[in-house]
Amino acid sequence: MRELVTGDFIWLLFAARWTLGLTVVAIVGGSLIGVIIMVLRVVPLAPARAVAIAYINVFQGTPVLGQLLIIFFGIPILTGANVSPWAAAIVSFSLYAGAYLGEIWRGSVQAIPKTQWEASASIGLSTMEQLRYVIVPQAFRISIPPTIGFWVHLVKDTSLASILGFIELTRAAQIMNAATFRPMTVFLTIASIYFVICFVLTRLSARLEGRLRVAR
Amino acid sequence: MSLVEIENVHKSYGQLEVLRGVSLNIDEGEIVAVIGRSGSGKSTLLRCINGLEPIQSGTIRFDGEQVNAPKTNLRQLRQKVGIVFQSFNLFPHLTAERNITLGLTVVKKMPLPEAKEIARKVIVQVGLEDKLTAYPDMLSGGQQQRVAIARSLAMSPKLMLFDEITSALDPELIGEVLRVLADLAKDGMTMMLVTHEMGFARNVAHRLVFMHDGEIGEEGPARAVLDAPKTPELSSFLGSVLV
Repeated sequence: MRELVTGDFIWLLFAARWTLGLTVVAIVGGSLIGVIIMVLRVVPLAPARAVAIAYINVFQGTPVLGQLLIIFFGIPILTGANVSPWAAAIVSFSLYAGAYLGEIWRGSVQAIPKTQWEASASIGLSTMEQLRYVIVPQAFRISIPPTIGFWVHLVKDTSLASILGFIELTRAAQIMNAATFRPMTVFLTIASIYFVICFVLTRLSARLEGRLRVAR
Repeated sequence: MSLVEIENVHKSYGQLEVLRGVSLNIDEGEIVAVIGRSGSGKSTLLRCINGLEPIQSGTIRFDGEQVNAPKTNLRQLRQKVGIVFQSFNLFPHLTAERNITLGLTVVKKMPLPEAKEIARKVIVQVGLEDKLTAYPDMLSGGQQQRVAIARSLAMSPKLMLFDEITSALDPELIGEVLRVLADLAKDGMTMMLVTHEMGFARNVAHRLVFMHDGEIGEEGPARAVLDAPKTPELSSFLGSVLV
């Protein structure tokens, strides 16, 4: 066992960049999937809706930890290809985020009154044009709090990737604790780092909402 | 051939039959007012004409083209049939000008400067040339409704449908909207309007249709129908609105 030194805290801060990196990549990947899920959910086509609903049920109805393990251990068994912890983590978290973001955005789109669809249909817009010019711009503002709320969840959920041996914030803390056995100091430190990241996101949400209220 | 030909149209919402065999023709340049109690099917009939509501049987033809056929290009049809709603339904995130130019640039693929030119023209027509850059929530109800009319006019429709467009307005704002309609009538626009403004129907409409229980109860020249109702249903309806 050894003592905790200042450098250890800097090392923890550095590990936070993997937490942030994983979160950002999962947000980007999840947003792409989420947009597709949202569109499939609102177009007037029964098979498209069924596919989207099945996807959402699977990824909302199973634990994300299980999804991580299935992808990390399952893909090598099925395909023979090796999956790095990083690849497994970004794929799982993107798929998982896609289900939640898709549902959040579907809810925001459906919160726009039916009369907006009628008015835009009446000047000849197609479904995709209605979404693009009339519905989504209005739904965007409504979706900011729940979307950023989900990002905050995602920041904390990425700690689950530590189980694959992927060294993000939580895994780094476990390693440091094993070496120094100062659990209170180490884990309170990373809890504060998580808190700061999430707090910044929450403030951003409030600012964005305020600004959009002025600019409509 | 009439501009609008409605033949034996039936429409139901589940068990409830709201249109029970309606037939009606509208000629080019004609102004038809539709009156009746709420729930009589008058708004539904109007909304079937631009395909907003599907029908179960019968046919609706506009300009010779069948509206209720699966292969009908509703996008093309709706450029030729304008509709204005009771609750205005402007796009709240867009300025009055963009509300008007959206259909022109996106649907008609018109270059923006040309679309803005048209927006200026139609906004003058409804008397709101100083409100081009205003957002809908900065406008009064009457002004919003006039912008909504301008938005439809910009597409240069051959037929305008008006669905109780003054019913959500404060009484002192109704006049400014009706004046715009009267101007349109003078310009020869073909119009079908569902309305509770009996005075306006009497003075501006050529023909009056009284809907009752999903059927046409009575129809004929506006003044004649209003002055001498033939059916007890219309007499009692007029009695209840013209207190």
